[in-house]
Amino acid sequence: MNVVYILWLREVKKYLRSRAQIVASIGQPLMYLAVLGFGLGPIFRKAGEGSYLQFMAPGVIGMTVLFTAMFSGIAMLWDRQFGFLKETLVAPVPRVQVMLGRTLGGATVAVIQGAIIFAVTLIVGFRPTSALAVPVAFLLIALIAVVFAALATAIGSSIKEMQGFQMVMNFLVMPLWFLSGALYPLQGLPAVLAVLTRVDPLTYGIDGVRGTMIGATHFGVAMDVGILIGVGILFVIAGAWRFSKIEV
Amino acid sequence: MSDNTPIIRVQHLVRTFDKVTAVNDVTFEVRRGETFAFLGPNGAGKTTTIKMLTTVLQPTSGTLELDGLSPVTDATEVRKRFGVVFQDPSLDSELTAWENVDIHGVLYHVPRRVRHERGEVLLKLFELWDRRNDLVKTFSGGMRRRLEIARGLLHTPKVLFLDEPTQGLDPQSRNQMWTIVKNLNTTEGVTVFLTTHYMDEADRVADRIAVIDHGKIVATGSSAELKQQTATDSLEAAFLKLTGTSIRDEEFSAQDRMRQISRVWRR
Repeated sequence: MNVVYILWLREVKKYLRSRAQIVASIGQPLMYLAVLGFGLGPIFRKAGEGSYLQFMAPGVIGMTVLFTAMFSGIAMLWDRQFGFLKETLVAPVPRVQVMLGRTLGGATVAVIQGAIIFAVTLIVGFRPTSALAVPVAFLLIALIAVVFAALATAIGSSIKEMQGFQMVMNFLVMPLWFLSGALYPLQGLPAVLAVLTRVDPLTYGIDGVRGTMIGATHFGVAMDVGILIGVGILFVIAGAWRFSKIEV
Repeated sequence: MSDNTPIIRVQHLVRTFDKVTAVNDVTFEVRRGETFAFLGPNGAGKTTTIKMLTTVLQPTSGTLELDGLSPVTDATEVRKRFGVVFQDPSLDSELTAWENVDIHGVLYHVPRRVRHERGEVLLKLFELWDRRNDLVKTFSGGMRRRLEIARGLLHTPKVLFLDEPTQGLDPQSRNQMWTIVKNLNTTEGVTVFLTTHYMDEADRVADRIAVIDHGKIVATGSSAELKQQTATDSLEAAFLKLTGTSIRDEEFSAQDRMRQISRVWRR
């Protein structure tokens, strides 16, 4: 347990020390909130869907968590060659403990990052329906973080070249985000898009956060939680398995 | 009672990557407490052999033994018995020197008190104690290397692997490093297994040398024996006679590309 803890602590410490990175990471979500939130707001309202900012704020929080969690795993690529990862790979401890420490650390960082963006959404005018909803929403955010940190570990353990990083960003992370229903409602989508959105685990994460924070959900929060837990377990197992196979 | 069994025993070791045979039927032994050097041109198979001995790479065939245990089947037990400094850095540059050492102690189940005592002794020995609370990213190349070696010794390993530990260091840093390592080799009896490109270094620190080329060991012996075998008067001349004078053009791999980037960013 000590091993999991110290590796978790390492991830969190590193994050808290990188102030510049924290500030920089607010840029992209802020841009989405400001440009899309206010730019598409009038059209959304005209279509009778209410406030677009209310609708997309949970999506932008979800995006932040997705990007941060995925990045923690991709950073492994570099870490394996020039960083601390090798040190942990030759240590006399079960690899699964190393994997859990890293993954939970990455997930924790993603949740903190999500909380910062949540604060930003409040500043620009997002209002959850009740204060009580917030802790519940953060449970969902934590689930999203674990799901994608574990997926990132599985991927980071499997690819060897830095070029793979671009592939993952373009063919996995961006589609996960655009297909998640973060920016548009899930009702009445064309058939292909409807199927794709339902395959994307982030869809359920964002739907759950939206359900708890503004009371609007497509699948129901219970189903969202169930699916996230299921996928989370699957990805943690996959991540642990791939991680145990790493050769340097 | 001294144990006379070899600490490392490698027999008919083979490792292939796709079509390339990096290590091709290598057999050698390392004695307890000695300093053993692997000499060879680029791509000779030095690093691949170290990776297999340190459990991070599986052999294609052949047998390996470290302190009587197999790195393949008893990985965890073997890992307790060695410390390693890889060719590429493995420090966390966003953490302080002390944090790097401390985490190592936790990973190797070194009790807190021992961790602190031995950590202090080693950091003082490697002249890093005054900088223990500074982030590693502020350290010079030589300091980083020293820290890696100090960290690798924290759990009192039986074998210390050093894969080209002095690459890119100035003569002063190299000299200082080897003085400390040789000292520990004598006082603690830790077996040192090193690879290097610097002949003078191998000549100075190694009790025995194995010359490896194209994945095969071409000669083994003390520096004097190698000179005698080749009828030359310097280790460098002996080495060139054994391995030829042609330059090895390795394929520029993804790894090299990353190394190049890392040099630019200097993390």
